[in-house]
Amino acid sequence: MGKTMGTFLEEVNKRIDGVPIQRCYHCRKCTAGCPLAFSMDHSLDKVIRLIQMGRRDEVLKSGTIWLCASCETCVTRCPNSVDVARMMDVLREMAVAERVRSKEKNILKLHRAFLACIKSRGRINEPLLIMDYKLRTGDFFSDIGLGIDLFMKGKLSLFVPRTKDMGMVRSIFRQTKKRRQEEGRS
Amino acid sequence: MKVSYYPGCCFHGTGREFGLSVETVSKALGLELKEIEDWSCCGATAAHATNFKLSVALPAKDLIRAEKDGFKDMMVPCAACFSRLKTSQHHLNRDESLKKEVEGIVGSVYQGAITIRNAIDVFYNLIGTEAIKGRVTTALSGLKPVSYYGCLLLRPPEICAFDDYENPVLLDSIMTTLGAESRPWSYKTDCCGGSLTVSRTKLVAKLVDKLMTMAREAGANCLVTACPVCMFNLDMRASESLRLPVFYFTELMALAMGLEGPESWFKTHYVDPRPLLIGLGLI
Repeated sequence: MGKTMGTFLEEVNKRIDGVPIQRCYHCRKCTAGCPLAFSMDHSLDKVIRLIQMGRRDEVLKSGTIWLCASCETCVTRCPNSVDVARMMDVLREMAVAERVRSKEKNILKLHRAFLACIKSRGRINEPLLIMDYKLRTGDFFSDIGLGIDLFMKGKLSLFVPRTKDMGMVRSIFRQTKKRRQEEGRS
Repeated sequence: MKVSYYPGCCFHGTGREFGLSVETVSKALGLELKEIEDWSCCGATAAHATNFKLSVALPAKDLIRAEKDGFKDMMVPCAACFSRLKTSQHHLNRDESLKKEVEGIVGSVYQGAITIRNAIDVFYNLIGTEAIKGRVTTALSGLKPVSYYGCLLLRPPEICAFDDYENPVLLDSIMTTLGAESRPWSYKTDCCGGSLTVSRTKLVAKLVDKLMTMAREAGANCLVTACPVCMFNLDMRASESLRLPVFYFTELMALAMGLEGPESWFKTHYVDPRPLLIGLGLI
């Protein structure tokens, strides 16, 4: 979107607020250790290269940024301390702010259902979370057998205590959302 | 000894037996747990993947509450909660303007005075293997677990500051203390796929099958973990032909210490570990 300051690279680096990602010399140690690299459309170091080349749409639309499981192996092993995991968070935040349609839309839908659950109850109620996720995705049939097994074993409790001071929880959501929107405009 | 305690959401759900076993073992070892008043969810991956400030502010609220209770140490057994609370603390400690902003959001002052510890850290470093050994009534002979630490207890190391981040050993050491034969393997810190288990189930099944294959190759007859997300994935996502029983390490501590509870917890596992334990004469 046209409201950015400087290049895509500068914007990503500013949001990471750490080691500039151009320190990457493409040794590919991050990609070699990434447990999910096999499932990604762009490898981790390629994402860095695409950012340097200003290929914003390709990066923000990629499945890679959502398939990253935040295991932090990449940043732990990077010889130049590039925080690839934080970079993925930054790219996801940008993709959400810009309402980019991703190939991996269900992953974001789970995050949204998860946050909605915290916002309404303060804590995660697993059965309600999964029901909300299924409503959002229309995927009603996966894991039904597993759900029944868990219920029979008494592991899916509907009675999860809520946080009492919901005013505080909602206020944290409201204020951090407002700040994110303000930063998006700057 | 008394520590502040953040149980986390899954202790009311799929991680129920982790919570019960942590609390049972703590009590037996004279560790008093003071649950943080009216805590709320840490935000987990959903928060840090979509809104950085939310991911810092949500845990900060409960960190500040624990500080106000006057504790030096805080136990956070769930690896995901541990990681989010540690990360929040890391950012608050290093970024003064962020700290001020978050204090404004949650309406209280953050001191930075509390040490956040996972359950392995608490039992190994605060209680000690000697004290645990003194309480073992049934050595877990014949049990050959591989220790699975997963990601979030160890990485990134400058935030977690816990054990060797490529070859951690503390959980293995606790297993040895209980009389189990901890098997060495190279997959202690490989990722299970975490929360992708709901949205991209097949990917997680693939990662878990790899872990099960390697655990079998290492000569293990079970896996032991300290993370409810790892537990969920290892226990429920492995192919039938590769499955092995999976335990929370605190369940095994309770079993070896002869405490009430383990058998009722084992019943709720997806892969029933009781045939293995009966075969070894441990229950």
